[in-house]
Amino acid sequence: MFFTKGLEAFGNYCTLMWRSFGVPERWKEFFRRYLNEISKLGIDSIPLILIVSLFIGCLCTILIKLNMQSPLLPRYTVGFSTREIILLEFSSSILCLILSGKIGSNIASEIGTMRVTEQIDALDIMGVNSANYLIMPKILGLVTILPFLVIITMVTAMFGGWAVCYTGILDPDTYIYGIQTDFVEFDVWFALIKSLVFGFVISSISAYYGYTVKGGSVEVGKASTDAVVMSNIMILITDIVLTKLLLM
Amino acid sequence: MIEVKNLDKFFDGGTRQVLHNISAKFYDGKVNLIIGQSGSGKTVLVKNLVGLFKPENGEILYDGRDITLMNRKELKEIRKEIGMLFQGSALFDSETVMGNVMFPLMMFSDMTPEQQRERAQFCIDRVNLTGSADKYPAELSGGMQKRAAIARAIALNPKYLFCDEPNSGLDPKTSIVIDQLLWDITHEFDITTIINTHDMNSVMGIGENIIFVNKGHLGWVGTKDEIYDQDNEDLNNFVYATDLFRDVRKYRRQHGYTKTKVEY
Ligand SMILES: Nc1ncnc2c1ncn2[C@@H]1O[C@H](COP(=O)(O)OP(=O)(O)O)[C@@H](O)[C@H]1O
Ligand SMILES: [Mg+2]
Repeated sequence: MFFTKGLEAFGNYCTLMWRSFGVPERWKEFFRRYLNEISKLGIDSIPLILIVSLFIGCLCTILIKLNMQSPLLPRYTVGFSTREIILLEFSSSILCLILSGKIGSNIASEIGTMRVTEQIDALDIMGVNSANYLIMPKILGLVTILPFLVIITMVTAMFGGWAVCYTGILDPDTYIYGIQTDFVEFDVWFALIKSLVFGFVISSISAYYGYTVKGGSVEVGKASTDAVVMSNIMILITDIVLTKLLLM
Repeated sequence: MIEVKNLDKFFDGGTRQVLHNISAKFYDGKVNLIIGQSGSGKTVLVKNLVGLFKPENGEILYDGRDITLMNRKELKEIRKEIGMLFQGSALFDSETVMGNVMFPLMMFSDMTPEQQRERAQFCIDRVNLTGSADKYPAELSGGMQKRAAIARAIALNPKYLFCDEPNSGLDPKTSIVIDQLLWDITHEFDITTIINTHDMNSVMGIGENIIFVNKGHLGWVGTKDEIYDQDNEDLNNFVYATDLFRDVRKYRRQHGYTKTKVEY
């Protein structure tokens, strides 16, 4: 029962995505909405990202320093480990888990409200492909902007780690040396590739939950919570799959 | 003319039948009303008519073209001839009144932006919202929202106009303004207007062709002049549900009326 329900939902999700991707009715309107989504979903998230990244960067450095007091380990290991954590996991996966709370609920509640107030029916009646009109700009917008957010996160978090060194826990130059040690460029690409996938996961799943709401404001609230939970689960699953595929 | 033939609609995987063998005609240039109690299937009927639902059986003919047989592309073409007014207005929250009315023009007309704005302003003026073009839906009263939605629905000069409970949630006076407006634009622009309502005041005001739906069955067809003096029991229960209309009946019987004309 549970299994068939899930399968049915997955089928509906695929159908919705199929309907969403197509040539827009009016390119001009599409670009207007696309840029609007980039600004709303991406640019408006930058303050949150800066704060979170800065603090996580600091914390990483402090905690790693605390746990690596062994004389056998060189001091620059702190910088090195901080970098690895930030590049491989924090800048993409953890960032997206955090962002999915903001972006996922935003997308699901916006589209869900349009559903229950018949605005989506109004679009359909006019002959507009409502899925294409509403969902495609959101997905493409988020997928476009997320890699840039990831880069901002990397820089800010590593800066946070460096800044916290001035409290005296580590020599800043050793930290800088550490974050340059054994640098593999692919790690950055790895994070960027993951962010593209996560951007699609968050926006498409949240759009699905919003688009398929039935009922009223209570159901819209439930849909936006469900959207966030499901996005998080799918981010974690795809994270494992991608890490296995790309790094091993 | 829109003609419906032997329409059946089921829900819940075919287990619950909501519409039973409905046949009806909706005439050009007239206000056609679908009336009935709440839950009788009026909204479902209208959603079938505009193609938001697909009926299990029956034909829906728009001047002979059956929309139940149309593919997505043909349906899209015919939807450019349809305007619809939803129960909750369904205005786009993120756009002003002007933005809302310009939306269908922008999506589907070949007009330049100036022409679009001009046409939208004409429609906004027509529904008497001249001063509110730059307001957002949340800043408007219920009646003004309805009027803005009417302006949006007529922007592309539709041949067919559907209204789902245009008076729901409005006070009696505002209801009359909306009814009057719908009546006027129907005759001014020669639109086939289909309104679904349970409001007896509207029925007596603008009912040129009335289709009574009773628990999903076709109950009665006639005009507002015939509705007082018919012998359909279910329809009489509906018409004479309020004291006001029972008083009207008493008065008419006392004074020997058989036909009446209600003028606006
Ligand atoms: N999408 C739907 N799915 C299942 N049942 C529905 C749906 N829409 C309407 N119904 C059912 O159809 C019946 C008629 O509803 P409706 O047409 O909304 O009545 P009204 O005459 O008040 O507009 C109701 O019993 C309602 O529960
Ligand atoms: Mg209804």
